[in-house]
Amino acid sequence: MSIISNISWMTTAAWKRNRDVFLLTWKTNFIPPFLEPILYLLAMGLGFGVLIKGGVQVHGVDVSYLQFLGPSLVAITIMYGAFFECTYGSFVRMHYQKTFDAMIATPLTIEDVIAAEMLWGATKSFINGTIVLLIIAIAGLASFPGLIFIPIIAFLAGLMFASMAMLFTALVPNLDSFNFPFYLLITPMFLFSGTFFPLNVLPSWVQDVAYTLPLTHCTDLVRDLCFNYFGTNDLISLGYVAVMTVILFVASIYLMKKRLIK
Amino acid sequence: MTFPMADVIVAQKLVKTFEEVHAVDGIDFTIVEGECFGFLGPNGAGKSTTMRMIQCVSPITSGKLTVLGMNVGERPREIKRLIGVAPQENNIDPDFSVHKNLVVYARYFGMDKEISTKKADDLLAFMQLTDKRDVLVEQLSGGMKRRLIIARALLNDPKILILDEPTTGLDPQARHLIWERIRELKKKGVTVVLTTHYMDEAEKLCDRLVIMDKGKIVAFGKPVDLIKERIGTDVVEIDEPTDDIEAFAKEKGWNYERTVDRLLIYSTCCEDLSETLRNKFNLPAIIIRKATLEDVFLRLTGRRLQE
Repeated sequence: MSIISNISWMTTAAWKRNRDVFLLTWKTNFIPPFLEPILYLLAMGLGFGVLIKGGVQVHGVDVSYLQFLGPSLVAITIMYGAFFECTYGSFVRMHYQKTFDAMIATPLTIEDVIAAEMLWGATKSFINGTIVLLIIAIAGLASFPGLIFIPIIAFLAGLMFASMAMLFTALVPNLDSFNFPFYLLITPMFLFSGTFFPLNVLPSWVQDVAYTLPLTHCTDLVRDLCFNYFGTNDLISLGYVAVMTVILFVASIYLMKKRLIK
Repeated sequence: MTFPMADVIVAQKLVKTFEEVHAVDGIDFTIVEGECFGFLGPNGAGKSTTMRMIQCVSPITSGKLTVLGMNVGERPREIKRLIGVAPQENNIDPDFSVHKNLVVYARYFGMDKEISTKKADDLLAFMQLTDKRDVLVEQLSGGMKRRLIIARALLNDPKILILDEPTTGLDPQARHLIWERIRELKKKGVTVVLTTHYMDEAEKLCDRLVIMDKGKIVAFGKPVDLIKERIGTDVVEIDEPTDDIEAFAKEKGWNYERTVDRLLIYSTCCEDLSETLRNKFNLPAIIIRKATLEDVFLRLTGRRLQE
């Protein structure tokens, strides 16, 4: 597997490039993950949540709608963080800025560069997810010790979403084409992954479909940890994330190499 | 590892094919240590493709290509560590300032920040960019961007410097500065590999060069030798020639070429030749000038646009 053996520690040098850009503009970068969950909690909690009188059940326990929603916001942030970074962000660097071309003229391999992009996407999920986690924890919607593990989940699931995004980046002809994965995959996941309502209210076949989606597993893991719960379903979700990540990670590098090395 | 006049880049029957198109079609060349070696040719001749194969970013289709004794397919990381590349396309990082661009790039070579900070300042001074140290790169002029790209290519103290059209689109001042720097680097023992469209540039800088056309090498040698062999020392140019003059040149067995509005006669004894012509025909304008590399180039690759 030359794809894996061509990745070395040098990938960190490429990762640091993106980190340095992020730190140059950190003030604007930190605004969305702070503001977004607060707005959602206010709108959904104070407005929408009032309509849901009986609350929601999580693993047989009655919880308020806000308690149900809080962890979802972390999961959604994890998905969007990596997916935006490795679609629009990576495409701009690859196509418009020619950053990858400049990098592969150095001892970095193309595999180093693409791996670094995906690791950076995961890092964005980690950063943004952790900020949202902080906000919901302050709002009393996540508890110790479970929440300590959520940043790790943010990075791992972030790597899965980053790899998935990179797959599209390797295939699309232009920036506008990202509308397809966003509207056909990301938005449905955003709505139907047990994020705004529990999946058991849906017809069983829809539930089955929902369980094939990456965000469902990410949401379950985050929510369960917020409630200090870890069961067999979480092990399965972790396995899902691991397998998906490996497949998508390798496939993305393969397709990117095909696109860029001529 | 450095022997005097060692072969640093060797290509044998080198081929690069893109979906049936032979971009590079079986070329052989040897570049020796410390020389400035030029690749000339019209657009699409295969120069840049050859550069990209030397840089190990484009895999070779067949044949053999070694850089500093290493096979490009086998040890790309080691080769890339030892060469410096100034690409044709400006790919400096728009997210960073001038100095930060160099420091970030040096990190791709595993260079320590303290060393690269100093090195970057030295190179900015070398390329006369110190004033622009902390400016964002988008505020640089075209010439400054080129100089920054060359500075960047020198960060790792390369043994071989690859310059793909280093002065295209630059004003004369910027071109001369870059030429001075290239000569200075050559004196320090750096091997320079250069592609260019400018014949004066190739004549001034290159010790040896090849002219490529449609993926093949059509001429090879020292610029002066190429001119002497292919053209002679001088050229007689006749404006608006008639068919009679052409017939006369043909009859005399002269080495000539007729273009849309001129007749060019290549020779080593142009004074006599033009005297003959003047006696025979009533010619208002005969120009005698020195033969240049451009004559060789156009002779070999044709005068039609190649696109």
